[in-house]
Amino acid sequence: MIDKSKNITSKNSLDKKFRVSEFLAEYIIKAVSFTSFIGIILIFLFVFREASPILFPKEKSSTPKEFLQSETYGEEPSLEENITQENYSSFLSDGEKDVASFENLTGKDWQPVGEKPKYGLLPLFIGSLKVTLMAILFGAPIAIFAAIYSALFAPKKIREFIKPTIELLASFPSVVVGFFALVTLATIFQDLFGTTYRLNAFVGGFAMALAVIPIVYTITEDSLVAVPKYYSEASLALGATNWQTAFFVILPAATPGIFAALLLGFGRAFGETMIVLMATGNAPISSINPFEPVRTLSATIGAEMAEVVFGDMHYSVLFLIGSLLFIVTFLINAVAEFYVRAKLMKKFRGE
Amino acid sequence: MNNKYLGKSIVIFSFVATIMIVVSIVYMVSEMYLNGKDYLTWEFLTEAPTKGMTAGGIFPAIVGTVLLVILMSIACVPLGTITAIYLNEYSNKKSIITKMIRFAVNTLAGIPSIVFGLFGLGFFIQFVGSGMDNVFSEPGQIQWGQPNILWASMTMAFLTIPIVIVSVEETLKSVPDELRAGSLALGATKWQTIKKIVIPNSISGILTGAILAIGRGAGEVAPILFTGAAYFLPYTPTQLTDQFMNLGYHIYVMATQSTDVEATKGIQYATAFILLACTFFLSFIAIIIRYRFRKKINI
Repeated sequence: MIDKSKNITSKNSLDKKFRVSEFLAEYIIKAVSFTSFIGIILIFLFVFREASPILFPKEKSSTPKEFLQSETYGEEPSLEENITQENYSSFLSDGEKDVASFENLTGKDWQPVGEKPKYGLLPLFIGSLKVTLMAILFGAPIAIFAAIYSALFAPKKIREFIKPTIELLASFPSVVVGFFALVTLATIFQDLFGTTYRLNAFVGGFAMALAVIPIVYTITEDSLVAVPKYYSEASLALGATNWQTAFFVILPAATPGIFAALLLGFGRAFGETMIVLMATGNAPISSINPFEPVRTLSATIGAEMAEVVFGDMHYSVLFLIGSLLFIVTFLINAVAEFYVRAKLMKKFRGE
Repeated sequence: MNNKYLGKSIVIFSFVATIMIVVSIVYMVSEMYLNGKDYLTWEFLTEAPTKGMTAGGIFPAIVGTVLLVILMSIACVPLGTITAIYLNEYSNKKSIITKMIRFAVNTLAGIPSIVFGLFGLGFFIQFVGSGMDNVFSEPGQIQWGQPNILWASMTMAFLTIPIVIVSVEETLKSVPDELRAGSLALGATKWQTIKKIVIPNSISGILTGAILAIGRGAGEVAPILFTGAAYFLPYTPTQLTDQFMNLGYHIYVMATQSTDVEATKGIQYATAFILLACTFFLSFIAIIIRYRFRKKINI
């Protein structure tokens, strides 16, 4: 393949010789590695495309509502019923041609089925926020303390056991965690607190903490280990004890990393579907009470997408929720990535 | 001397936090096992559900899950490996293209899985599938433009590409530069070096990536909720246009939509335990491969 003699005797022997195989290899690899980028663009385009009828309504339906037969299958979507059902399934009326206006979308009621569908995203948003904050509240302190233990205090042998074990939690399928919350946690908590509703935001938030813990743990642990050795050496040399060094030197140095861990945990919990779908009761109520059922943005998509008519307004609203989830998690990840990384770099370079 | 106790209590508290996590893991696994162990028989693994899904086994769900992850790996392992090779071997770290790809991979890793499901529905089924129907199928016949195992696995592949990339890149980085320099100095071209030196030395990373991706793909349910998973099918999928049953989805529907939730509790626990055992087994293998690889590198 390679003609050596020619290469050496030619004038520009140090110049790269053009080889078809090399050229092809490089450009094929380059082209293929664009898949991820194209994937992101496609996800962005197609999730937003399906949501576009709401964002840019093309034509207003001229058919009066009265003439459209809207069936509710004898079920009035009242709040009471939604709460008692463990899994709220929607019944769809064909031929809805309603337009989801801005007022409708920001309303306080989520009743996508009925004669006058209401697409208020507020209760869903509150639900997501409630479950996510609870997950962070339960999960983050435990995860951060566990990270401190395994990064700073634990003997090497124990650390080698703890780290993979906790990271094993990350490989738990979320549907199994959701199932665990649904059948076991919910019963335990109801016996413990005597709550009215078996499935509620508290159960969901607690189960979600199990999904958040491995993320917060791993990133916190990494950033604690990444603090330069001379930080702790200097502190120890000045007479500080082991835990003083850990708490007043290493921990502050790793704050941006811990902040990133919290953000990423938040992003994960905000978009997680199966756990909340199974464990939160799925009733769109906007209240602050943690023991009432909630319905999150992601669970709404999961529960209702299978039952909507392709292309109608309800379908588009669900895609709009998907776009919202996309944007929120995207922003959170971007902040965690850029802001925190820049801060960490600055800190460790001593600028 | 207060300080001394404070220090001790902090250490103890952090230890307790660690123990709490470990205990909750053990508790979850044992809960699944103890409640489902009566159902964990050979027949349970090899039989289809019977009596309106209140008895029988989970064989179709296992087959569906296996087929799903096979199809998914066919797409995501080569794509992820090639991307990692580009990022680590060819790309100029500061070029815009590299930054774009890196940004895309990071973003892809952070998108909620349900959004992938929406993407699969909007892109693969509604756009690609319907387009294929317009071209290939007879008018009025829907063959590709509906949920099926192909679209579900392609959706899942997009979700798992970042996992493969991260894993492969890690091993590519740890292949010593001396090996590359030696190969180049002997007159090999860049592609020859990558083909003969770099890839063989990072097989373990590719394997780990594939295993981690499979573990993730087997456990995720949200992306396949409306791209191909079926509640119950009397047959196992034989064509790309078939729907399929899936272990995770099976747990979900059995626990929330079954005709008799209480009667099937045992089946649910057993199914959850099997899914858990599979993902644990996979991540265990990944950990071992990684561990042995690190040992090899250190020597």
